[in-house]
Amino acid sequence: MEIARPEVQRFTGAADGAIKAAAGGLSFYYGAVNALRNINVPIHEKRVTALIGPSGCGKSTFLRCFNRMHDLYPGNRYEGEIRLFPDNTNLLAPEVDPIEVRMRIGMVFQKPNPFPKTIYENVAYGLRVRGERARRVIDEKVEQALKSAALWDEVKDRLQSLAFNLSGGQQQRLCIARCLATDPELLLFDEPTSALDPIATGSIEELIHKLKDRVTILIVTHNMQQAARVSDYTAYMYLGELVEFGRTDDIFVKPRDRRTEDYITGRMG
Amino acid sequence: MPQSEHLSKQYDQDLDAIRSRVLEMGGLVESQIQTALDAYASGNAALVDRVIEEDERVNGFEVGIDDACIHIVARRQPAAVDLRMIMAIGKIVTDLERMGDEAEKIARMTRQLYESNQMPPPKFVDVRHVANVALSMLHRALDAFARSDAAEAARVVKEDAAIDAEFLAILRQLITFMMEEPRIIGRAIGVVWIAKAVERIGDHAKNIAEQVIYIVKGADVRHTDMANVERTALG
Repeated sequence: MEIARPEVQRFTGAADGAIKAAAGGLSFYYGAVNALRNINVPIHEKRVTALIGPSGCGKSTFLRCFNRMHDLYPGNRYEGEIRLFPDNTNLLAPEVDPIEVRMRIGMVFQKPNPFPKTIYENVAYGLRVRGERARRVIDEKVEQALKSAALWDEVKDRLQSLAFNLSGGQQQRLCIARCLATDPELLLFDEPTSALDPIATGSIEELIHKLKDRVTILIVTHNMQQAARVSDYTAYMYLGELVEFGRTDDIFVKPRDRRTEDYITGRMG
Repeated sequence: MPQSEHLSKQYDQDLDAIRSRVLEMGGLVESQIQTALDAYASGNAALVDRVIEEDERVNGFEVGIDDACIHIVARRQPAAVDLRMIMAIGKIVTDLERMGDEAEKIARMTRQLYESNQMPPPKFVDVRHVANVALSMLHRALDAFARSDAAEAARVVKEDAAIDAEFLAILRQLITFMMEEPRIIGRAIGVVWIAKAVERIGDHAKNIAEQVIYIVKGADVRHTDMANVERTALG
């Protein structure tokens, strides 16, 4: 006798949040080279979205579109749009000031890149650029940011020492704290742990988990296990195209596209 | 589902080795069940002993394959179809091992029936036919596993209903005999145990077939109706 199946109890994954940002028909050119082709993808609010794909697939290029980093070089050209919600701003519109964009969207790079300043000044920098002068406010924000970046306990007694004296993992968390000080809406991580050892990597991943309570995160990683560990959504890119986007639980168990499957199972050169 | 090779040849070899061992274990269980049924038909005590001995080897396969799966997970972090394969194999070997236990039950019950001289007369009840259906289900489930053939797996799932129906028919038949002839109740219950073991073998074959559909299609069809199983397997 056939029985009706009980409702399947799911134990993994968070429910879909609102959409924080969305790429629509996004193409990008480095001069004549077409690096991104018609990318359409939503970025869910307060979730971690991982971009994976082989070297040269365009994942870092895509990430950098979000804070208009490509504007720094002549000859680069965007087509399409990246909408940031709730205000529905097209980040790529020529009239939108990239500096404004970067106030709302923080970025953490592959190698930690603290400023040649003290720990305190690294975190306070963004606040000062924004015109914040009240010492009390800056003190408070620096402490909050360092706490959020899980660095406070390690540095609270030496805030005035040079940032370069910190270990690689601590420097990376300092860079995250520097982003957090200005309350960004979206954080971009470009292979944030590829220069770190497994323990420092673990602490950054743990931090990413904690941060998604307050900020939306987009992370590029070429470590697939890292994508599987930290992200709620995964986008697989190949040759400048978005091949597949879906919940990380689905992508790593049952991808829809054969190319995704070949990549994540290690069947592709 | 033709799969291209992994970049790591060693990974391919490790996965192939596990698959081959599952098929080897399946073949062993098939022969164990066959031997148990031969013992029941003939009363040959040597066959009974062989079934019981073989169970040790089946158990060894189960533990060894599970161990190999854990090592693949630890070393390779399999994903997608590889992950589904490893997880499904972990379940398939449990089903195979239990089928081995059922074969052993048939053998031990056979010995009890013969030793107490309570063997049912020939044609007492036709367990042989339903047993052949169960054996063929196992054979085809293993075949579907070897060829990643979801459609064949769906046909195996479907066949389990026939075994369940036949078990009930055997039960009704035996109840009738027992009511007519209370002196045979002891041996009739022995036959019920054997028929039940055969029915369980069918259930395990069905479970294996469901796992094959999971490997190939990525959809869990357990505890769903036959229409869904077929739609999933053929879709």
